Amino acid sequence: MDLRLDNISHHYGETEVLRDISLEIPSGQIVCLVGPSGCGKSTLLRLIGGLEEPGGGQVLQLGDAPEDCLNPLTYIFQDFALLPWRTVRGNIALALEDHRMGAAARDDIIADVLARTKLSEFADALPKQLSGGMKQRVAIARALAVRPAVMLMDEPLSALDSQTRELLMDDLVGLWTRQPFTAVYVTHNLAEAVRLGHKIVVLSRRPGQIREVVTLDTPLTDRAYGDAALEEQQQYLWGLMREEAAAADAELIHV
Amino acid sequence: MSESEMKQAKKVTFRGGGFITQRKRGVGVVVFVLLILLAEWGTRSGVISALTLPRPSDVAATFGELYASGLLFKHLIPSLTRLVIGASMGAVIGISVGVLIGLFSLARAGLVPLVAAIFPIPKIALLPLFVIWFGIDEASKYALIAFGTFTPTVVAAYAAVDNVDRSLIRMGQSFGLGWWSIVSKIVLPGAMPGILSGLRVSLTIAIILLVAAEMLGAEYGIGAYILEAGSLYDLERLFAGVVILSLLGVAVSSAIAALERRVLRWRV
Repeated sequence: MDLRLDNISHHYGETEVLRDISLEIPSGQIVCLVGPSGCGKSTLLRLIGGLEEPGGGQVLQLGDAPEDCLNPLTYIFQDFALLPWRTVRGNIALALEDHRMGAAARDDIIADVLARTKLSEFADALPKQLSGGMKQRVAIARALAVRPAVMLMDEPLSALDSQTRELLMDDLVGLWTRQPFTAVYVTHNLAEAVRLGHKIVVLSRRPGQIREVVTLDTPLTDRAYGDAALEEQQQYLWGLMREEAAAADAELIHV
Repeated sequence: MSESEMKQAKKVTFRGGGFITQRKRGVGVVVFVLLILLAEWGTRSGVISALTLPRPSDVAATFGELYASGLLFKHLIPSLTRLVIGASMGAVIGISVGVLIGLFSLARAGLVPLVAAIFPIPKIALLPLFVIWFGIDEASKYALIAFGTFTPTVVAAYAAVDNVDRSLIRMGQSFGLGWWSIVSKIVLPGAMPGILSGLRVSLTIAIILLVAAEMLGAEYGIGAYILEAGSLYDLERLFAGVVILSLLGVAVSSAIAALERRVLRWRV
């Protein structure tokens, strides 16, 4: 299942946040959205998954989601969005409880995603007992449980410290390598974008427009921490963004 | 010898203390005991006249008699029944209406002004009205207690629903959960801390109203007992009744604390 964004534009009151965004999200690829703060990248992600309605244009789903897919467009949030009163297992079960399936089938799915995210030992822990990185892994497990066609990741690693971020990036690469998934990955961190993106979409400052789409051909597994070629890509992206970011930073916020 | 060693070494003084609530066990009991001992000493030595304050030991003796004669439970059981029935009616209706206000803009627009209008009415002033509506029997007492418990519970419940983390609701929607699943699995558990702390207040108000209701036409009940003692200026019995009320308040408060520890174990 592919996604196509067709001339998306959006306003919040008087403020124009997105202008004329057209983009293809091909299946099996990770598309990174980068841009200066306030450029509307998170808004765009909410539009893609139907949590907000675009002011203009439309988001199109090309083809059907696979049969076994329970929730085609599934989010991973920056603040994890785990229910603090449910255990790790309970949080994952939450995403499955509204679907018709036997208790055994549900337990199988939960056991499978816990194993894939290396959380099996922590099934009965409460979120307050977990570190930030573990919480985000629970959120990733919950997203995997509904077998999404497209994962919509909203700055998933931004609330974590840099070491944890590296570890989780490795985890994500591992997950993708074993079973390629489609994802839209919003971040302001260029290092994440060049590590995980097959396609990097650079947005301008508000109103967000597509400045450039950079395609990276190096397979994900060959991209390592501190790689010189990646460093070069990152420099290039930063060159594109630098002035925009400076200008965005100097803007007054009218809320 | 380097320059730094020549300089005098001074310890950096600690200035980060205070402003932290710590759990101190038993201090509350000590305050009670000291006050009672002070009253006992004052009444025995004559500094406090017997008309001003009854001697605590006499109050204890009266309480003992009350227990021995079996009258204690004769008064306590009807009171507890009224409290339990009235307060649970008020709390259940209050929580339901509060959650409705929290969930539906229409309910909020229609009911919040109404709640604001009935909140400041002293419910005791409406007792005659309740007697006319529900009769002199138990029903009017239940109604009074329920009505008094209702208003603070409503306000606490809708504020608690308002305070539920919107990002969790968004998350529920993003996973395609149904409306009822979002309400029962995300909104209600998320509102629980606020609802329980609201119940603390409204159940205390229920005890106050219990006494008020019993002062008007009840044969048995702690309120009736206190009223009778008061009209005879029997301060020992009056105080024995007041002690029962205080104990009831402490019991309700610790019951809610225990419930919070159980239900809100997930809280950080």
